[in-house]
Amino acid sequence: MAEMASARAHKGIDLKHQPGFSQIAWFCIVVLYAPIAVLVLFSFNQNRSVTVWTEFSFDWYVKAAQNEGIQHAAWISLEVAFVAMVVSTILATMAALVTTRTPPYRGLNLAVAAINQPLMVPEVVTAVATLIFFAIIKQATGVTGIGYLIAAHTAFCIPFAYMPIRARLEDMDLSLEQAAADLYAPPFKVFRRVTLPLLMPGIMAGAMLAFIVSLDDVIITLFVAGPGETTLPLYILGQIRRGVTPEINAVSTVFLGISVILVTLIFFFGTDKNKGKQ
Amino acid sequence: MPEQTAEAAIDVRNTSKIYGRDRETGVVALDQVSLAIRDNEFFTLLGPSGCGKTTLLRLIAGFEQPTEGEILLFGEHLEGLPPYKRPVNTVFQHYALFPHMTVAENISFGLEMLEKPAAEIKPVVDEVLGLVQMQDLAERKTDQLSGGQQQRVALARALAPRPKVLLLDEPLSALDFKLRKEMQVELKRLQHETGITFIFVTHDQEEALAMSDRVAVMRDGLILQVGDPNEIYDRPAKRFVADFIGDINILRARIQNRDGTRARVKLEAGYEGEAGLPTDSQDLGDEVSVAIRPEQLSFVGGAIEADLSGSIQHVSYFGSGFDYEILMPSGETLTLQLQNRGADQHDYAIGDEVHIAIGSNSMQILSD
Repeated sequence: MAEMASARAHKGIDLKHQPGFSQIAWFCIVVLYAPIAVLVLFSFNQNRSVTVWTEFSFDWYVKAAQNEGIQHAAWISLEVAFVAMVVSTILATMAALVTTRTPPYRGLNLAVAAINQPLMVPEVVTAVATLIFFAIIKQATGVTGIGYLIAAHTAFCIPFAYMPIRARLEDMDLSLEQAAADLYAPPFKVFRRVTLPLLMPGIMAGAMLAFIVSLDDVIITLFVAGPGETTLPLYILGQIRRGVTPEINAVSTVFLGISVILVTLIFFFGTDKNKGKQ
Repeated sequence: MPEQTAEAAIDVRNTSKIYGRDRETGVVALDQVSLAIRDNEFFTLLGPSGCGKTTLLRLIAGFEQPTEGEILLFGEHLEGLPPYKRPVNTVFQHYALFPHMTVAENISFGLEMLEKPAAEIKPVVDEVLGLVQMQDLAERKTDQLSGGQQQRVALARALAPRPKVLLLDEPLSALDFKLRKEMQVELKRLQHETGITFIFVTHDQEEALAMSDRVAVMRDGLILQVGDPNEIYDRPAKRFVADFIGDINILRARIQNRDGTRARVKLEAGYEGEAGLPTDSQDLGDEVSVAIRPEQLSFVGGAIEADLSGSIQHVSYFGSGFDYEILMPSGETLTLQLQNRGADQHDYAIGDEVHIAIGSNSMQILSD
């Protein structure tokens, strides 16, 4: 039995030895990464053209850094992403605790579905709905400002922050929290001394995911952002309508760098050795 | 049966635990169990998985609430008290050590939660570390410890707050054979030195017999028999207890006459003699099962001294002894166990006609 199973595993699972495997893999990698490579390459081009290479330079980075429009947009993006990250991560942590650490109740699945709703509903629908909803509030209260944009971002960031936190909680051995309770820790101290420290990698991963998702959102921002609330993706979009310049390449490359760093951090937080299991 | 004195460390009264809506549709994990565990006792709950032993432990710890009945700790009702308000600590099956803390931090956790001053905590931590012989590893992270060391830390952590009762949920099941034997002795010693009541849950009957002052054998949410290891082994009350603990021969017999706790029985295999009666013998008919331990049988030379006879069907050797399977004229097979005492025993071989004597006081009548 065991021999048969392992023989089959050797035969069936090793996709690498299927004909055409490496060709298809290379095709996918080229399609995915060649455009990005071209973008990064031409951000260092001295020439104004994005198709003809002349000489290596940092000129476009310097220009981009001095561009007030870019500066402003970058600041707005960071402000929105940071606040949305903090608020959505706190809410997602609470949601994850309720959906994994309370006895199953009626409507639990509905609650999980509601939390994940922004992942299911087409973004443009959410965008239109949010726009109309905020318009009603603005009319009724007269309050305007960047708060609406932050609120919208917070809402769609919640499921992204929720997923890694919930996964971590489900992975965590319940008996650790029971052991703490058994050792005279009341519920709040169980949370602070045991659950939270063990959950931290999940929370960090969730927060960074939320930050990235907020940072590069276009559709909802396009609908909700008011005057003077142009985020970096919106600024880039606006510039591209007037023709691509290597300045945009430079900004995009910086953007890419930030994303790569955050994703790498998520990976390290997600795979630390204290899994809460033995 | 249970001694309902105020002295009992744990007094379980008519306690049931039902998962689901009610008795008919749900799962009855514990069925109107009553049990008194004495102070300073090494008490074992023994039974196969799903018998309710862990459920009973979790009810005492407070992780679950009983559906019916009540549990008292030294005369005090535990009802409604959450786990953190019960002066009872648990050693978990997989230890549940806090992976983000050192050994010393794990052990001091309970004392910190009891808000003991730091000056008081340090000596206690040192003391229990000494008790489990782990002084040198106080600053280690728990994932740098071997299974046996983790086990010791889990014990030290549970003992540090000086609980009134220590609950142990199959703590030895993850250890290999040799280490398990070592820890059995260790646990027994710890119980003796601390004077704390231990309630130990296991499915391993050898472990239960080796360590316990008293054992409760459980099945299907019921306690079948409570007694010291001797009683459980030599005078099993029920067929299941006899079968679950050690090897045993169960033979058909007929009761000739009864006299209090004993009765005269005639085995279908021929022999007539005295046998112990179980406590609930009034429900028994005259057709009964009689249990005899394989090591209480012996070979004898001639038919005159023999109580039973038959022919050897099978011999198995297990190092310290031999098991002989003997087919009797009644059609029943009997297992006879001999200690390995040297070469002289190879006289008995498959096919031999043999005569067997039954040790005195070794027959026990079982109820179902």
